[in-house]
Amino acid sequence: MAAGRTYTPIARTVLNTTETSVTFSNISSSYTDLILIFTGMSASGNIVNYLQFNGDTGTNYSWTAVGGSGGAAVSSLGSNASQPRLDYYGYMNVNSESNRIVHINNYSNTTTYKTYISRANAVDNGTSLAVGLWRNTAAITSILVGGGGTFQAGATFTLYGIAAA
Amino acid sequence: MAIKSLKSGSYGRSVKAGNSIILPGDYESIATTIVGAGGASSVTFSSIPSTFTHLQIRYINRNTTAIDSLIIRFNSDTGSNYVRHKLSGDGSSASAAAATSSTYMASADYPAGTSTFGAGVIDVLDYANTNKYKTMRLLAGYDANGSGIIDLRSNLWQSTSAVTRIDITSNSNLFAQYSHFALYGIRG
Repeated sequence: MAAGRTYTPIARTVLNTTETSVTFSNISSSYTDLILIFTGMSASGNIVNYLQFNGDTGTNYSWTAVGGSGGAAVSSLGSNASQPRLDYYGYMNVNSESNRIVHINNYSNTTTYKTYISRANAVDNGTSLAVGLWRNTAAITSILVGGGGTFQAGATFTLYGIAAA
Repeated sequence: MAIKSLKSGSYGRSVKAGNSIILPGDYESIATTIVGAGGASSVTFSSIPSTFTHLQIRYINRNTTAIDSLIIRFNSDTGSNYVRHKLSGDGSSASAAAATSSTYMASADYPAGTSTFGAGVIDVLDYANTNKYKTMRLLAGYDANGSGIIDLRSNLWQSTSAVTRIDITSNSNLFAQYSHFALYGIRG
């Protein structure tokens, strides 16, 4: 039996100036999954976006990615990382808008490590998929979206919550 | 001709009993299964209503014993009526694969490490349409700090029947406790 409409906008940020990161804090635990969607350009060069949760800047993250830029597809990973990647190719760049959609399922449980999956697209660079792990069972209450460089003004970040029945 | 989209102006529908109401952007939770302490060999969503346009399944999962694969079937069809393709990365190399006349659809492998769960988002587009085969799109993977897999997959069920049942089965062993599968309906 249907349990009601969901997919609720939680917060939205549009940058008025260049920033190196954007943080969503005080995230309610009342949802089941989070979806983070952001678009933007870098202020300088290609930048690799990443996430950090709950202010954890330690090497408690890891990631696996696959991507392509028009040649052969490639895959890479990182372990014991402090900045788990959202893209591998599909880098945010200065020339055109690129976008990312990040799914963080079951973010508020206090039993499991937290896994995110993401898609990244950048017309000038390529496209990629990534999966990342935060080795912590705490509920996610804040998300830092790092530029790996600097986001241009106008970059838009939106966080949604989905509640399961 | 029925109105499918509206660029400007307004559009109204009578709320008389029997008329369906279309609300833009409707995304609705249908059912959720959370695996208990004993584990589970499969998860089933049955009696799926045909009142939505698309379905989405969002999940996290872990195997009780070893890295395993996920098998998905519609309407209990175990015949050779499925086709699947994947693009995959394991941190070392990218690969692609396909299978035709398959007896199942598939998702990315999922882990068995303590506390480490895989995650996925599955879209079944136009699932209730009886004029077309059914397409399933899937993004899923896991990372285990030094190993992992990330997959983008497309699957086809060669049947024009409306999807009324989805079985998600562990190829070997069991889904571990706290594995969580949620089904959503999308109107449009």
